[in-house]
Amino acid sequence: MNQEGILRHSATRLLGLIPTLLVLITIAFFLIRMAPGGPFDSEKVLPPEIRANLDAKYHLDEPLMQQYFRYLGQIITLDFGPSFQYKDWTVNELIARGFPVSLTVGGLAMLLAFLVGTSIGITAALRQNTAMDYSIMGVAMLGISIPNFVVAPLLILVLAVYQGWLPAGGWDWSIQRMILPVVTLALPVIAYIARLTRGSMIEVLHSNYIRTARAKGLPGHLVIRRHALKPALLPVISFMGPATAGLITGSVVIERIYSIPGLGSYFVQGALNRDYTLVMGVVIFYGVIIILLNFIVDLLYAWMNPKIRYDEVQ
Amino acid sequence: MTIALPIRILLASSFLLLAACGDSGSDFSRPRETRNQPVELVLLEDGRPHPAVLAEEQLVRRGNGEEPQTLDPHLAEGVPSTHILRDLFEGLTTESPDGDVIPGAAARWNISRDARTYTFYLRRDSRWSNGDPLIAEDFVYGLRRSANPETASNSAVMLLPIQNAREVLAGELPAEELGISLLDEFTLQITLTGPTPYFLGMLTHPATYPVNRRNVEEFGDQFSRPGKLVSNGAFVLKSWKPRVSIELEKNPLFREADQTLIERVVYLPIEELSTEVTQFRSGGLDWTNEVPNNQFKWLQRYYPDELIISPWMGSYFFGFNLATEPFVENPELRQALILAIDRQVITEKVTQFGEQPSFALVPRGIDGYVPFSPEYADWTQEQRNEEARRLYELAGYSSDEPLRVEIRYNSSENHKKIALAIASMWKQVLGVNASLVNEEFRVFLQNRAQKAITQVFRAGWISDYNDPYSFLEIFRTGRRRTKLSSRNCGCDAILDEVGTERVRARRERLMFEAERVLLSDFVIIPIYTYVTKRLVDQHLRGWQNNVMDHHLTRYMFMLKTREPEAEVPAAKVEPEPELVPEPELVPEPEPQQGVNDVPSSEISDDEDMDVDGTSGEIQAEVEAEQATRTRKEGKGL
Repeated sequence: MNQEGILRHSATRLLGLIPTLLVLITIAFFLIRMAPGGPFDSEKVLPPEIRANLDAKYHLDEPLMQQYFRYLGQIITLDFGPSFQYKDWTVNELIARGFPVSLTVGGLAMLLAFLVGTSIGITAALRQNTAMDYSIMGVAMLGISIPNFVVAPLLILVLAVYQGWLPAGGWDWSIQRMILPVVTLALPVIAYIARLTRGSMIEVLHSNYIRTARAKGLPGHLVIRRHALKPALLPVISFMGPATAGLITGSVVIERIYSIPGLGSYFVQGALNRDYTLVMGVVIFYGVIIILLNFIVDLLYAWMNPKIRYDEVQ
Repeated sequence: MTIALPIRILLASSFLLLAACGDSGSDFSRPRETRNQPVELVLLEDGRPHPAVLAEEQLVRRGNGEEPQTLDPHLAEGVPSTHILRDLFEGLTTESPDGDVIPGAAARWNISRDARTYTFYLRRDSRWSNGDPLIAEDFVYGLRRSANPETASNSAVMLLPIQNAREVLAGELPAEELGISLLDEFTLQITLTGPTPYFLGMLTHPATYPVNRRNVEEFGDQFSRPGKLVSNGAFVLKSWKPRVSIELEKNPLFREADQTLIERVVYLPIEELSTEVTQFRSGGLDWTNEVPNNQFKWLQRYYPDELIISPWMGSYFFGFNLATEPFVENPELRQALILAIDRQVITEKVTQFGEQPSFALVPRGIDGYVPFSPEYADWTQEQRNEEARRLYELAGYSSDEPLRVEIRYNSSENHKKIALAIASMWKQVLGVNASLVNEEFRVFLQNRAQKAITQVFRAGWISDYNDPYSFLEIFRTGRRRTKLSSRNCGCDAILDEVGTERVRARRERLMFEAERVLLSDFVIIPIYTYVTKRLVDQHLRGWQNNVMDHHLTRYMFMLKTREPEAEVPAAKVEPEPELVPEPELVPEPEPQQGVNDVPSSEISDDEDMDVDGTSGEIQAEVEAEQATRTRKEGKGL
């Protein structure tokens, strides 16, 4: 692989991040402020004196454009400001505490999904059109169809409440508390990856070079491992980019049901509470994560697929 | 693995669904877990629990709803923060387990004859958790900080009775002009703008707490962090992991530390109500903040001893937008709509938690006040429907020309069910074509306040303090705290008078009159008054139901688990009633009241309960006539 080409490509991609983020920030900034209601509205309307103090403290009394530029100036220094809702914490602190949790749960779920999904996908592909294939794919379909918010309470009921094997929820970085959320998050992804792997594996197995490899008398497992696996996983890799971004930025449903302090709830709660700074912080953070992951997927792709190279082609 | 597996799963899940829907006691809906039973409570002569019955580990884990917004007492708003702050800090006054206001950091107080000047005498031996003595200056500093515009406190509403508070908040006067002065190291005086009988109760609210000046000045806006926060209450902050837990530890320097039994309190922010229930069931919680409405029957059946329901100081009602048609004029129509709702059906079939059907604004049981009761409150529903039909026609509507109206509420399962019930009752009785509109909370609030497109809207009010004025004040035209009413209900003048009236009986009559005027104008559709509903582990004792729903952890304690002499089989869960008799030794109000003790009579008992126990030796000196009664204080939504 051409080192220089990769570097140049990376630099362009990273530079491209800046205008993308600027657009993202601008849209998000004005969208959240266009939403009716403000951060300090509640069932009990504040007396005007108190409302004025709050607006002044958070600069909400300034013209919108001034607020926008103030915000831009602030995030250049990577300061997302104080949260309106969680007043004792800055948005930076909240993200710094929430992201590792989401990253761990989402990353483990992705790892689990990748290992299990590809294994059963390959198994199904190798036994194409047998009872085994059909049942694996049937269960996978079921896994895709049953939503998280049904699976999670059932798992809690059986494994935590009835059997008492695992805690019902909460978070303390222990393995026991991670098992249920990781499994719940991974289930539909396992199913999806299994189906993807099976499909592309079947396709690869029918290609000419595999036939050649077999004709040369290479043992079956070596054909799979050396020649079929890498190309068969390509669609899985491109699926995993956005899927990983989705998993590690936190799932609101999983976080609420298992009471996990990840990022997803900050995003949704922030929007509901009109916690402008928190929503903006999380949106920007998500933006960066998604762009970075797509970038990593591109590099992986180049490494795995000889058809794609980032060096100059004559 | 066979193809039959998915089908089996499907079958099993549909069976589960069936079991959940049906009310039959099928094995599927039965809880499978076992709950340990506590030993019998035995009390010592002084009313404290016998050490032999106490659990070795005095830890209580309390579900606390959403993540608290802050632990800076002066910024605190919302119930989750205030629950924790009541454990961390102590105001001049505090609350007994049954919610009565009792001396806190102040040992006693005098109230001047015009009921406008309060002199507080602090205990001389109180200390902050860092060892500093707790002096009157701390309170002066705290109140001034709370009122300072730079602090930007939104619970500073609680300070408004204090002289000059409004001007200080508006930045017109410096904080030093706040009506509070230092008489000596342990004495301070607070001057009010008018007689405010509920002022002592307001002093239990975090907005009035002292803060340690050294602490605040050293750490600035980070002083409320674990490891930094200095407090004067029964507990100190040990750790705070946002959206995971807040852990408090017993404060050995608290003035009554020798009587505080709980060593550790863990507050768990759990937003999802059903998650709280499963955590409780799997033994991860001793106290839930709430329980989901749709699980009432099931909980009542299988957790009869753990499910605690108690009246709460709040009103649930709907309002008419008087600024737009068809409700601008037309009291007949409004009255017809009020009458045509069968509240009994709503509380028994829809909300189900023992809420009290209501025809008034102020809930019953607030500090002895008897709310205005319109004559139709005593009619049968048939009579009300009859009258509703007559008024409906009088207003010019008929089955050919029915009223079309929108009922607007913020998205929530409960509001939706209630609005649906109301719409169908209106349809059935009057033939009204009502449509439902749900909106996200902030959008709903804005529309409700703007009064342009709303017609009938949901509303609710949970009181800030234990006084009917808190409810009536909502409908003042000037300085109103909600934008519910768009025109003078005619009660402004009466409410002004309430603000200056010192004689309790006259004050109550005025408030009654204001409520009568308001209800006779048919501005709101009262539906019911709130209850609190939660699961509490039977090991956890020492707390009592109270209308404010304030439960200080320092009164609580954990009982030992009963030795498993006869191990209960796993499937058998229903606790046998004779296992938990209410001990006869309990001298004062029973530490715990079950679901059966709910009815409204209990609310009025509240007044007669004796304030005793922890502060028996201190007599509050009270001069003014109305201050002989202690008052309670409330919380925001």
